[in-house]
Amino acid sequence: MSLMAWLRRGLVAVLALVAVVALVPAADAQQPTSVNPRASSVQEDQLLRQLQQVDGRITIPDTRAGVLIQPSGREWQVFHQGTMRTVGAIAVLGVLALLVVFYVTRGRIMIDAGPSKSKILRFNTFERFVHWLTAGAFIALALTGLNITFGKSVLLPLIGPEAFTAVSQMGKYVHNYVSFPFMLGLVFMFLVWAVHNLPNATDVAWIKAGGGLLKKGVHPPAKKFNAGQKLIFWSVILGGTALSITGVILLFPFASGLSIADMQLAQIIHGLISLVLIGIMLAHIYIGSVGMEGALDAMASGEVDLNWAKEHHSLWVKEEAGKSAAVSRPAPAE
Amino acid sequence: MARMKFLCDADRCIECNACVTACKNEHEVPWGINRRRVVTINDGKPGERSISMACMHCTDAPCAAVCPVDCFYTTADAVVLHSKDLCIGCGYCFYACPFGAPQYPRVGNFGSRGKMDKCTYCAGGPEADGSQAEYVKYGANRLAEGKLPLCAEMCSTKSLLAGDGDIIAQIYRERVTKRGYGSGAWGWRTAYKETITV
Ligand code: HEM
Ligand code: SF4
Ligand code: SF4
Repeated sequence: MSLMAWLRRGLVAVLALVAVVALVPAADAQQPTSVNPRASSVQEDQLLRQLQQVDGRITIPDTRAGVLIQPSGREWQVFHQGTMRTVGAIAVLGVLALLVVFYVTRGRIMIDAGPSKSKILRFNTFERFVHWLTAGAFIALALTGLNITFGKSVLLPLIGPEAFTAVSQMGKYVHNYVSFPFMLGLVFMFLVWAVHNLPNATDVAWIKAGGGLLKKGVHPPAKKFNAGQKLIFWSVILGGTALSITGVILLFPFASGLSIADMQLAQIIHGLISLVLIGIMLAHIYIGSVGMEGALDAMASGEVDLNWAKEHHSLWVKEEAGKSAAVSRPAPAE
Repeated sequence: MARMKFLCDADRCIECNACVTACKNEHEVPWGINRRRVVTINDGKPGERSISMACMHCTDAPCAAVCPVDCFYTTADAVVLHSKDLCIGCGYCFYACPFGAPQYPRVGNFGSRGKMDKCTYCAGGPEADGSQAEYVKYGANRLAEGKLPLCAEMCSTKSLLAGDGDIIAQIYRERVTKRGYGSGAWGWRTAYKETITV
């Protein structure tokens, strides 16, 4: 390297040094010296006032750990131990109490004309299979679900902690796996019965007559399903779908980036809808068994008493009579 | 008896993660389970702070309230512990916990989370103090030996404080008065329904 090159390099180095020395105090002078940089920091109370929760950066793979504080956990605690249990008590005990009152005042709804000699097929084997698939799964889900909500207050004191854990562990698996037959039952049920459950003009008259439930001898006309049954059908379909969606979210916690707030919301919806549906189902079970003479046959053997059918589903009986007449009419001569 | 609490003085925490490592080592915590973690708020911005967080051993603990099998209990030192023999791994305690403390050995599909694990305040579990059975399930029981949680004991900057709530609150108050600033007793309002006023 030539002497000139050395000099040029040296000069550049000196100039750079001068520049740095000159610039540093200048940069420093831009900072107000009276402020302590450590003192101006994020404040917990300020963050909590501005945001629902405090999030930050973490160095571990578990992204949920990035949530530092979520005070809404406390709100969820209040929901789960307060609202949920109150609504549950009303849905179960309240509905049972109403049914007892109804039974005492109205009594069992009998076939006014008395049992006839003949029967008519109301639900075929597949319809009955779908009903009991869904119903069986529902009862299993309701009992194991209610155990999650109330078991520690009802069952735990009776059988002790070890046995209760064993029951709850089993119950949890039952709830988690029986949900699939339930969802299958919902789909089938929709396919076989949705057409018969579309609202129509007869429903208005049926509702105006109180379904004939309140007074003896009153029988508003109805097709295959009356307005009350339609309401039950649609609450099962819509409520069951909502339970399925939220239930699957609970089955796969935090899947596809769901947050803790999403999980809490899923549980709240799942819990409340399940309780409402349990209340509705208690009334459904009552009227389908002890509450009405001849009703259970429809889902047991599938064949109902003709007089029962004429009283409760008059239009449907006419439709069926028309159909069978069409079938049994002798074939016209060619 | 003392009312045990944790307090992380965020103005001192340097995010060295020694508390996290100490905890993992002391209790032989399995892979994927973090009883303690350090969270950095406003990362890379002015006023950034790091906070070491584990179970806060809450007053009126949300986890204990929502647990469907009631497997939690609170010790005389106000430490919130649970029984892994009774836990059914439902994951509800994680939804209720304001601090993300409960951990599960498995991911959780089809309700298979396994037994919940969380910070025990180095106080073990329901088994006999210092027994092998207790160690295997819950880790070391330092409290029974008269020692405080290891994370706080070996914090290099003495940012993480563990001990009687009144005493650590007093230490924090003195620090804030002396240095003239403090970002707050993180989590105290939510965990203990009170905060430290200076
Ligand atoms: C349709 C599919 C369903 C799925 C996938 C599902 C799933 C779940 C899951 C994962 C939980 C959380 C508890 C646990 O892990 O065991 C749960 C709770 C619960 N489920 Fe379901 N479920 C379904 C349907 C139902 C139905 C039909 C009912 C009621 C009739 C019901 C009632 C409940 C109740 C009461 C709880 C407890 C709520 C609480 O106390 O927090 N579920 N369900
Ligand atoms: S911090 Fe979470 S796990 Fe610990 S006592 Fe509070 S709610 Fe329970
Ligand atoms: S995961 Fe275990 S400790 Fe947590 S709420 Fe469920 S049963 Fe209780």
